Amino acid sequence: MLQAAEKTGTEAASDAVLSVRNLESYYGPIVAIRGASLEVRAGQIVTVLGANGAGKTTLLKTISGVMNPEKGEIFYNGRNIAGAEPDEVVRSGIVHVPEGREVFPLLTVEENLRMGAYTRSDAAGVREDEEMVYSYFPILKERARQAAGTLSGGQQQMLAIGRGLMARPRVMLLDEPSLGLSPLLVKEIFAIIRRLNEEQGVTMMLVEQNAMVALNVADYGYVMELGRIVMADEAQSLLRSKDVQEFYLGIQEETQRGQKRWKQKKTWR
Amino acid sequence: MDVLQLVVSGLANGCIYGLIALGFVLIYKATEQVNFAQGDFMMLGAFVCLGLTNSQFMGWPFWVSVPIAIVIMGAFGYTLETLVLRKMFGQPQVAVVILTIALGFVLRFFAGLIWGHEPVSLESPLAGQELRFGGLVLGWDEVTVILVTVVLTLLLYFYFNRTRLGVAMQASSQNQLAAYYMGIPVKRLNSFIWALAGMVAAVAGILFASKGSIEPSIGLIGIKAFAAAVIGGFGSLPGALLGGLVVGLIEPFSARYIAAGYSQIMPYLLLFLILVFRPHGILAQVHSKKV
Repeated sequence: MLQAAEKTGTEAASDAVLSVRNLESYYGPIVAIRGASLEVRAGQIVTVLGANGAGKTTLLKTISGVMNPEKGEIFYNGRNIAGAEPDEVVRSGIVHVPEGREVFPLLTVEENLRMGAYTRSDAAGVREDEEMVYSYFPILKERARQAAGTLSGGQQQMLAIGRGLMARPRVMLLDEPSLGLSPLLVKEIFAIIRRLNEEQGVTMMLVEQNAMVALNVADYGYVMELGRIVMADEAQSLLRSKDVQEFYLGIQEETQRGQKRWKQKKTWR
Repeated sequence: MDVLQLVVSGLANGCIYGLIALGFVLIYKATEQVNFAQGDFMMLGAFVCLGLTNSQFMGWPFWVSVPIAIVIMGAFGYTLETLVLRKMFGQPQVAVVILTIALGFVLRFFAGLIWGHEPVSLESPLAGQELRFGGLVLGWDEVTVILVTVVLTLLLYFYFNRTRLGVAMQASSQNQLAAYYMGIPVKRLNSFIWALAGMVAAVAGILFASKGSIEPSIGLIGIKAFAAAVIGGFGSLPGALLGGLVVGLIEPFSARYIAAGYSQIMPYLLLFLILVFRPHGILAQVHSKKV
């Protein structure tokens, strides 16, 4: 397993680089986020856990501007970016690495990376960053001229992260990077996410269903349910929390008679 | 010699079908809309150039009118996308189909109103000139059509593979959502695509007009071009051109060797066979799209 996170919220930079307040988002008439508030501190890895349909992806989409919120604010470095266009958000330094890779299948790996830098005009910097991405993902360099659709799932995930990095983001929104990958690949990808956070100083907001892996790499965690934030704590405390253990890590307490309890009330209900 | 001349005239026609088919495919790939007015775009491009060139209208020099007509058609495509088609976002595909078919009628009506319904010829310096190779006599107009199509294809190839905007258009047509995430201005690119389709249509129209007379209903060859696009593989740019050439070549040969009544249906018979045996077209470019 990955090394447990050592730095805590208070030790890291104290300012919130991204702060979401009372956000509400709808798909047509259906409410997906019901007044969620959370903070991401600069230099941290923050994870948002939750089951299918909890509103995690919608939260990221709303931050990156692909969806517009009905109510609420999203402050990025003190500026309200709620409802901004996606290209504006990318230019300001937030990049969204979507769920399920979503590479450009017929473009080469190199062209995919170049598209990640679409909003930038410094050619020299883009070339530099391309080398930086290749140094983190050497396999992408080997496959630079290959169509992205022919890569394996793990390689496509690497490409999606690398493509996001090409925008030179300050904050990276990662949607389910573990989706559909083998445990070994998940470990590899998360190790790189950790390194990018430490070496490149990219703040990470990580949405995951794989709570164990996410909490082990993260500094701080939120639990989301039915569009609301129901728990918020240091990642290590969440790992030890009975509720998270039972509902998200699948660790069940055994009773004294050695039988499993099947149902337990959530403390936040 | 006979066969060779048939080949050249078939290729020349095929190039025009191919260019119109290219317009269909450009728009379909980028926006998943099918522009059934593409043939009428070509007609309009031809008439705009004719209106600028012919002495009975503006009487400008041919080589001045051509670029202006291309720019006008580009602006037309761009404006049409921003003002009309963008509003159709989220509507079922059939709505756009009906809209563009109706647009075709409107364009034909206005063209008839301005330039009349009688066949007119473009006063082009290419018309009537001949090129002789030994015993072979080729019309300059046909040779020009082929040369211009080759050059335009190379330009488009360069544009889509070597320029940032071109690659971004490819990217946004392959995965629009991901293009949004990368900060690519997808909506503006869609307007550019319609502008490009308008410009290609103008080139096709001018080439068509320098081969013979035109009237407002010539846009109906867009149906043949649509067949060509399907034969070549709807969604593949080289496929569109190839499909155009195939249809263009079939026509003169079937007219020559098959009874008159049957030769007309040959392109559509081929379309039928392709749809049955190779539904994605000759140059299928299939990548399963996630829903």
